[in-house]
Amino acid sequence: MARSKALLQGVLDKNADPLVARWVELQRKALKSGQLEASELESQSKKFVKALQSAVVSGDIESINTPAWAEVRDLLEEVTRARALQGFSPSETATFVFALKEPLFEYLRRECGKDADKLADEIMTASTLLDQIGLYTTEMYQKSREQIIQRQQEEMMELSTPVVQLWRGILALPLIGTLDSARTQIVMENLLQEIVKTEAEIAIIDITGVPTVDTLVAQHLLKTVEAARLMGADCLISGIRPQIAQTLVHLGVELNVVSKATMADALSLSFRRIGKVVIDRKTKKESGISESAAD
Amino acid sequence: MEQIPILKIGDCLLVSIQVDMHDRMALALQDDLTNKIVTSRARGVMIDISALEIVDSFIGRMLNNIAAMSRVLDAVTVVVGMRPAVAITLVELGLALTGVRTALNVDRGLALIRKIIDEQDGAGVLDEYREN
Repeated sequence: MARSKALLQGVLDKNADPLVARWVELQRKALKSGQLEASELESQSKKFVKALQSAVVSGDIESINTPAWAEVRDLLEEVTRARALQGFSPSETATFVFALKEPLFEYLRRECGKDADKLADEIMTASTLLDQIGLYTTEMYQKSREQIIQRQQEEMMELSTPVVQLWRGILALPLIGTLDSARTQIVMENLLQEIVKTEAEIAIIDITGVPTVDTLVAQHLLKTVEAARLMGADCLISGIRPQIAQTLVHLGVELNVVSKATMADALSLSFRRIGKVVIDRKTKKESGISESAAD
Repeated sequence: MEQIPILKIGDCLLVSIQVDMHDRMALALQDDLTNKIVTSRARGVMIDISALEIVDSFIGRMLNNIAAMSRVLDAVTVVVGMRPAVAITLVELGLALTGVRTALNVDRGLALIRKIIDEQDGAGVLDEYREN
């Protein structure tokens, strides 16, 4: 193996520049135009060949998991992450490595001349190495994508559980989407924190945007209501659609909470509870403050 | 042994639990509190747990017991100042403290006790009286 390492090393040392040029050309052919800046591609390729050179000199070419390959791995990670973020497909990302095969083999062939056995050996070694690097790229691609998905999930979770203050002492919690235990946890935490912050007495949980309410969702809702009660705030549930009301009864779920059909009804009840009155301006002129609440 | 102070505010008693409770302390507190309710003829008991980071089933049961005892002695119990994390834990544990009224802070707790006492005393008459 030592011999083949020397040869590979020699090829990389002698032909680094034309190798990069040919490699970049091949990559550009494989990629759609405009996907990546030519200058960026070239600098990435140059850096990679340089890192590969030093790794081949100092390290083992059997496995790329050794410390000598750290620089190559870091570089691959960086390139792959950038491509994953830009929306490249896995094969487009892997092309970065696999396009190197053709020019590299070409130079190896020139080096070996007519010695077919030696050439086969060399190509075998180089191919194994590049395959390893290619697989590593794919793995990194996968990892980056997973990270992106996870981050998006978290962002969605944050976005989908807003707690709004409707009035001094009244909070609204419009729920949109399915309620699972992870989300209930976040909803609960947000709500309780907001109760402390705003010193709210009443929280209206609006479930207009919850597509289905089964026993589990009902249980989650009740937990939230219970936790709010422990913090000294009363909960009202609003936006129960007729379909959902039927389902709840059929399932035998009892929501032992004050529930109102619409958020407006719940708000008017909340006003009454905190002793506020909403008055029509006309009525006020005619008869003074006599109407009780906003219903 | 440490003792938990019971402060009197008007006709309310304020108990602020600042340290971790254990059996003997809880029993002593129940003893002290019931005595104090009787001697001071208090109508409300406020238990402040804002300093507690952990409320387990033991404390939960103790709070329920105190509420039940006070009710027998004609005093309402309000637990105030529960932290969000504690509330979530209690709910997850299935300890909803159903026998206890709750309020956000001592201020709110006092207002709540006032309201409950007024209701019990026939608030209708009083309210009319106040409006006039």
